[in-house]
Amino acid sequence: MSDMNEKLVFDRPESIIDRPTHYCPGCHHGIAHRLVGELIDEMNLAEKTLMTASIGCSVFIYNYLNVDAVEAPHGRAPAVATGVKRSRPDNFVFTYQGDGDLASIGMAEIMHAANRGEKISVVFINNTVYGMTGGQMAPTTLIGQMTTTTPGGRCQTHEGSPIRMTEIIASLGGVAFAARGSLDSVANIRKAKKYLKKAFEFQVNGTGFGFVELLSGCPTNWKMTPLQANERIQKEMIPYFPLGIFKDVSEEGGIC
Amino acid sequence: MTKKAERIFVKGNEAIARGALAAKCKCFFGYPITPQNDIPEFMSSEMIKAGGDFVQAESEVAAANMLLGAGASGVRAMTSSSSPGMSLKQEAISYMAGSEIPAVIVNMNRGGPGLGDIGPAQGDYYQSTRGGGHGDYRHFTFGPGTVQEAYDLTIRAFDIAFEHRTPVLILGDAILGQMKEPITPWEPEDVDEEAGRDWAITGKTADREKRLVKSLFLQEGELAEQNKHLQAKYDSWIDLAEAEQFETEDAELVICAYGSIGRIAKSAVRKFRKQGKKVGLFRPITLYPYPSAELKALAEQGKRFLTIEHNLGQMLDDVRLAIRTIADSDFYPIYPGNLPTPDELEEPILKCLEGK
Ligand SMILES: Cc1ncc(C[n+]2csc(CCOP(=O)(O)OP(=O)(O)O)c2C)c(N)n1
Ligand code: SF4
Repeated sequence: MSDMNEKLVFDRPESIIDRPTHYCPGCHHGIAHRLVGELIDEMNLAEKTLMTASIGCSVFIYNYLNVDAVEAPHGRAPAVATGVKRSRPDNFVFTYQGDGDLASIGMAEIMHAANRGEKISVVFINNTVYGMTGGQMAPTTLIGQMTTTTPGGRCQTHEGSPIRMTEIIASLGGVAFAARGSLDSVANIRKAKKYLKKAFEFQVNGTGFGFVELLSGCPTNWKMTPLQANERIQKEMIPYFPLGIFKDVSEEGGIC
Repeated sequence: MTKKAERIFVKGNEAIARGALAAKCKCFFGYPITPQNDIPEFMSSEMIKAGGDFVQAESEVAAANMLLGAGASGVRAMTSSSSPGMSLKQEAISYMAGSEIPAVIVNMNRGGPGLGDIGPAQGDYYQSTRGGGHGDYRHFTFGPGTVQEAYDLTIRAFDIAFEHRTPVLILGDAILGQMKEPITPWEPEDVDEEAGRDWAITGKTADREKRLVKSLFLQEGELAEQNKHLQAKYDSWIDLAEAEQFETEDAELVICAYGSIGRIAKSAVRKFRKQGKKVGLFRPITLYPYPSAELKALAEQGKRFLTIEHNLGQMLDDVRLAIRTIADSDFYPIYPGNLPTPDELEEPILKCLEGK
């Protein structure tokens, strides 16, 4: 065996700690963490970053990213991040939140932080289900989707419609950037990274609030294999949650 | 060392706001509720002038969580509210206690339960001294009785918060908040804004490990250790317990009252003393830690006790716990919704004094 011809093409970003994660096989939280870690390295933000972790499967993100972090109560990450950013305006502050966290219990906090134009970045993981508590309905659960609290499938007249957060956030003043990406394929992961980068840049240059929704798989609670989960994102989620940039003030002119 | 300024005539609410500025508070997060609105209103201009920041949050829930974020960043920050708003802040306060985040929280207690009224009351004593949120925790609680004391204790609250990595509560009420009195403002010199925060999130550097501020402890035994550590911290506060004693030395009957009621009771005591009646006042200044040892010492001298509160008997528990092996305390409740006067207190005091 010779390593003479081997060339390292893919390595762990410095900002990602070298330890196994607790996520289920095929879960996309790990991919999202990696994208954030890569950008923190590439944008040289490690020493400036103050991360606000939230509640949900991703609560342990602070065990995987090598940056200072505070843990917020369920849904309150945008308020906690507001306090962090107002105290330390020169730092780079982001929240990392699931759909239950951000669109249900934390709906008020995310709307108002966005509307105030807090100069923070929000990474929003939409897997259409409450992962950590065992697969209950989320505000983003699709019509017909079976969850432990919608055993017959989500019914529009009984449980309402799945909420499209990026579209709502994009409509608010103070928002500099709002986009929806997906983590189901290499092409979409590349695009998702571009969106995250743009959102982070809008904070770094002081423009305003950046929001990136990432469609993600939860094979465990969807009761699917990782590949089936990716397929579900393509076939069921993307048609309802269209991908793309919904607001970009650099193209529209600035916000005050 | 302190720097004193000219005397000024201000409301209790404003005194607290000024005290916070003097203590180099840098961020204020508020949400309107009567009778504390003067505090956020004052801060909305003065905090910005002082080079800090003010946010009118979307709710008390958000305001308290903003405070959590600011405190975790090691910055001196404050929020204020009144009873229904305080209930909403309890989530974040429990997290702050669990994560050992320093912060100052003001409650200008109004009548309850529920929406109650906007008048003064002391019905939040349990919530303030027992830890109103989930879990086993306490926060340091001051119960100022005068406008000057409100100013002074606000400054101390910031020091204690950072020295002990804890939320500190200032429990006033509508009387204290709305009452105007002359005060002598002072500024603590050389507030070291970096002191006692080598745990705070500030951005990791090459020469230190990343920092994490959290209240989740899942590993077997870890949460027990954290709770042991917290309880030991709370126990250590006993040395900081403080009370005002007024005419207690030769008193036969000691009135136990705090905050605005303590001050009204003092007027009643003065009147009785003029009549040669041996009444004194024990007024706790720290409500948690409770000045139990001082109170017990009075019981050991054979004195009798009457607790008067603007609620239906909450501090009474602490009085009884302090003196339980020696004596008991009578109780006179002032119902929330009623505004007490010194005259109202005379009859129950007299009755007690005469052993009726
Ligand atoms: C106040 C409060 N309510 C409920 C919970 C329980 N809880 C923990 S995680 C969670 C749902 C998280 O779902 P989501 O945000 O979608 O994240 P995921 O686990 O799917 O990544 C809930 C309800 C809690 N921790 N705190
Ligand atoms: S439960 Fe779902 S979201 Fe949570 S780790 Fe497993 S796959 Fe990921």
